[in-house]
Amino acid sequence: MSRQRDDYENSWWKKFKGWVDGEVDLLAEGMEIRVPKTQEEGEWDGKPKALMSADKMGKMTDSQKRRGIRWFRRFYQVMSVFLCLSIIFVLLWTVAYLPAFGNAGNPDNNEVSARYIEKGLQETGAINIVTGMILDYRAFDTFGESCVLFIASCCVLVLLRIDEGKAGEKARKRLAESDDRLFEPKNDVILQKCACILVPLILVFGIYIVLNGHLSPGGGFSGGAVLGSGLIFYLNAFGFRKTERFFTEKVYRRITLCALTFYCLAKSYSFFTGANHLESKIPLGTPGAIVSSGLILPLNICVGLVVACTMYAFYALFRKGGM
Amino acid sequence: MSLVQNFPFFSIIIAMFSGIFSSVLDGKKARNLSLLVIVLTTGMSLAVLHFCVRTGQSYTYMMGHFPAPWGNEIRAGVLEGLTAVLFGLVMFFSVTGGMDHTAADVETSKQNLFYIMIDLMLSSLLALIYTNDLFTAYVFVEINTIAGCGLIMIRQIGRSLSSAIRYMIMSQLGSGLFLIGLSLLYDVTGHLLMSPAKDAVAGIEAAGLYEVPMLVIMAVVSVGLAIKSGLYPFHYWIPDTYGYATPTASAVLSGLVSKGYIFLLIKIFYRVLGRENVIASEIVNVLFVFGLAGMLMGSVHAILERDTRRMIAYSSVAQIGYIYMGIGLGTQAGMVAAIFHMFTHSATKALLFISAVGLYEVSKDQKDFRSLQGSGYRNPLAGIGFTVGALSMVGFPMLSGFISKLLFATSALQSPHKMLPTVIALAISTILNAVYFLRLVITLYTIPEESSENKREEPANEEEIPKRRPVLSPGTWKLHLAIVSFILLNLTLGLYSQPVVAWIGSGLAMFD
Amino acid sequence: MDTPLFVNMEETVSIVLFGIGFTMLMLHRNLIKKILGMNIMDTAVYLFLAVKGYIRGRMVPIVVDGIQEVSAYINPVPSGLVLTGIVVSVSTTALMLALTIRLYERYGSLDLDEILMRAKEEERV
Repeated sequence: MSRQRDDYENSWWKKFKGWVDGEVDLLAEGMEIRVPKTQEEGEWDGKPKALMSADKMGKMTDSQKRRGIRWFRRFYQVMSVFLCLSIIFVLLWTVAYLPAFGNAGNPDNNEVSARYIEKGLQETGAINIVTGMILDYRAFDTFGESCVLFIASCCVLVLLRIDEGKAGEKARKRLAESDDRLFEPKNDVILQKCACILVPLILVFGIYIVLNGHLSPGGGFSGGAVLGSGLIFYLNAFGFRKTERFFTEKVYRRITLCALTFYCLAKSYSFFTGANHLESKIPLGTPGAIVSSGLILPLNICVGLVVACTMYAFYALFRKGGM
Repeated sequence: MSLVQNFPFFSIIIAMFSGIFSSVLDGKKARNLSLLVIVLTTGMSLAVLHFCVRTGQSYTYMMGHFPAPWGNEIRAGVLEGLTAVLFGLVMFFSVTGGMDHTAADVETSKQNLFYIMIDLMLSSLLALIYTNDLFTAYVFVEINTIAGCGLIMIRQIGRSLSSAIRYMIMSQLGSGLFLIGLSLLYDVTGHLLMSPAKDAVAGIEAAGLYEVPMLVIMAVVSVGLAIKSGLYPFHYWIPDTYGYATPTASAVLSGLVSKGYIFLLIKIFYRVLGRENVIASEIVNVLFVFGLAGMLMGSVHAILERDTRRMIAYSSVAQIGYIYMGIGLGTQAGMVAAIFHMFTHSATKALLFISAVGLYEVSKDQKDFRSLQGSGYRNPLAGIGFTVGALSMVGFPMLSGFISKLLFATSALQSPHKMLPTVIALAISTILNAVYFLRLVITLYTIPEESSENKREEPANEEEIPKRRPVLSPGTWKLHLAIVSFILLNLTLGLYSQPVVAWIGSGLAMFD
Repeated sequence: MDTPLFVNMEETVSIVLFGIGFTMLMLHRNLIKKILGMNIMDTAVYLFLAVKGYIRGRMVPIVVDGIQEVSAYINPVPSGLVLTGIVVSVSTTALMLALTIRLYERYGSLDLDEILMRAKEEERV
């Protein structure tokens, strides 16, 4: 009997179920975290313990204080399944009446996309029609989108940036920093050697994607994400002290400000001339060359810079609450 | 094209640019820039309104070199101009009124971020008002949501953080539904700009195609925007959100943000889905029922509430219910009433939040509304402001709330099937409104009981509180300016409602 | 009703994913899972849009060899919308995660009900 129970305890199904419910971390055993034993061992234990005790406390309050809540949660689960199924049903019912997949005669393949394809090259100078569309035909949306990224980074700054001057905040900062140092692989030779080889490649590839946004798949957003991940990789390998030599919050702010200002002014010019039926003075160049397609290339560079900086800023803020 | 016609575009871009530029300014400069920008954009909106009233027609404005079905577009008419002017005014006075509290509630090094949120909020509201493109609307809805979340959580106390995440969750649900609605609509029409999409929808309806998808699109878009604006069954985030944010944020969120979504919904009804189609489907009836439920339940919740700010927030739930009820009536008059009530509510709710701040300043700053006893004497202007706001919400003649209730009642008389429930709900809701608002007002002007009991021991109890915190602290002129302006705005809407109603009517006519 | 659902297999899948994500975002108690749900929901919409742009037997919309006929390329509009949408969902995800971190630091829990309860208790004290 007991043996069987042990089997069940160890069975994959149990583990899987526990993992789905979020109780067990399957990877916990297999994942190695190197803990420097020199100092602050107690503090490292702090976090998981806090997590455990929070869980336990949660359960205690559930069972002791509010028995009603348990019923409520049962009801909640049933309701959630019901809701999920009903939403899926309604939308599936809709899908059943939608135009067939992959059919050239569907209503969305109309004169709009036809003009983008047929005249896009002449009107925007971009070989990549999607880039031409988002940065020229529908540029206002894309400007809004950059602003979404900007304001999200501002919100994260509000939440996570730790400013000097507050006693409680200072304590938090110390804690955060010590945690950070513990989890950071310090002077890991393998990582650093890999970074030496890969980071330049990643950055060059990112720059390539940004610069070729109007010629091939890619553009500011994807290239910027690649650049940002290269920076994050560098940071992970060499630590904050190295990155701070060239990338601080001031640099971040300046780059974002310059890029978005240029974007704003350039697009304002083109919106203004377009709406007032003036001739735009920006040459489109020969399609296919790197320096072509008017404003699209500089805009891609701006967007790429903003995205790369924001990605890096997100990472730095999440890790230690500052740049 | 005359210069005035560029103004909608200018105002959106200026607001956005000032937000971007504020990231390198310190708090005070960012604040001044923000105020300047609000004044500028309001002035421009006024010019646009004047232009549209004078020429008697709306116009579209190409954002770029490509005409309607290909490039982005914005559109301005009488209604857009009017809404932008009112939103600008409410925004300006909310920011001025809550300025000192903003400075106290927000960390000094993060003040400029607060004003970045305000700037981008303004630009997104303007873009939602002026846009003529569905996907632009989606992008700016997201900016609006994130800016709103930023305004809530910037106070960084526990309750404001937890309410911010609730707000975010509900908003993301709404955005998800809105986005899938747009995708479905794009699938069946092939257009993202409003005017060609409307033609395509008309073609579809005439041919009798895609009946089910069209119905689901209407439902999904309406429900998505209703969740975001806090219609009754989805109102759970409202009381916490408005109750614990810094005063400016409360006033802006309750007065403007939810209204931006409602305006967008009305615009989509008129300019994309077609009013007749929406009425022919049962969606308006659903909105009508939920609106009625919101009117009653919001007021009941407010009566049960003890915290003044949360009480005002629950009253917002009721007022949003009124607006959706007006939309749900499905008549032109109902829509006019809904839009007028939208304006009324913006002005009044901001007034209530701002004057509540004035009252809290002179009281012990406790949550319970009974702590405000006698504060009407200690800060007379705030007391008057609160009273005017409360009376306007109840529907006292001369104030804007009266006009909107009148409009609701008259429009209800024109739609025979919904007349009875509307009128009954209006009556009950007015009584409920009166119960809690008059209770509050009476509390303001009641001399605290213990002072009369303890008179022998502490004869100077009444004067003691003002002594502890003087009524005229150096910064309050901003608060007073805001309160006076809001009262004037309310009176203007109440006494000179004829032109406003006429403009709303002609603006709606331009939507078709 | 079966046939159109199987013809529109991709839409069907994306809609099912949308429903799952929506429900997770709305009703799951764990904040991290809520955020996962939000991402599933957004991604489902992008899948839906990407499917809508696809046309059988056509190429990606990048002009090759000067061919500029409609019959050669798929519809570029949904691809552009997906690009825009992805950035929006990245931003909201970052914001929600940051909020979650702050709430976890403060209340030591990821359970939203728990957090709200503790916030209320904290205020009462």
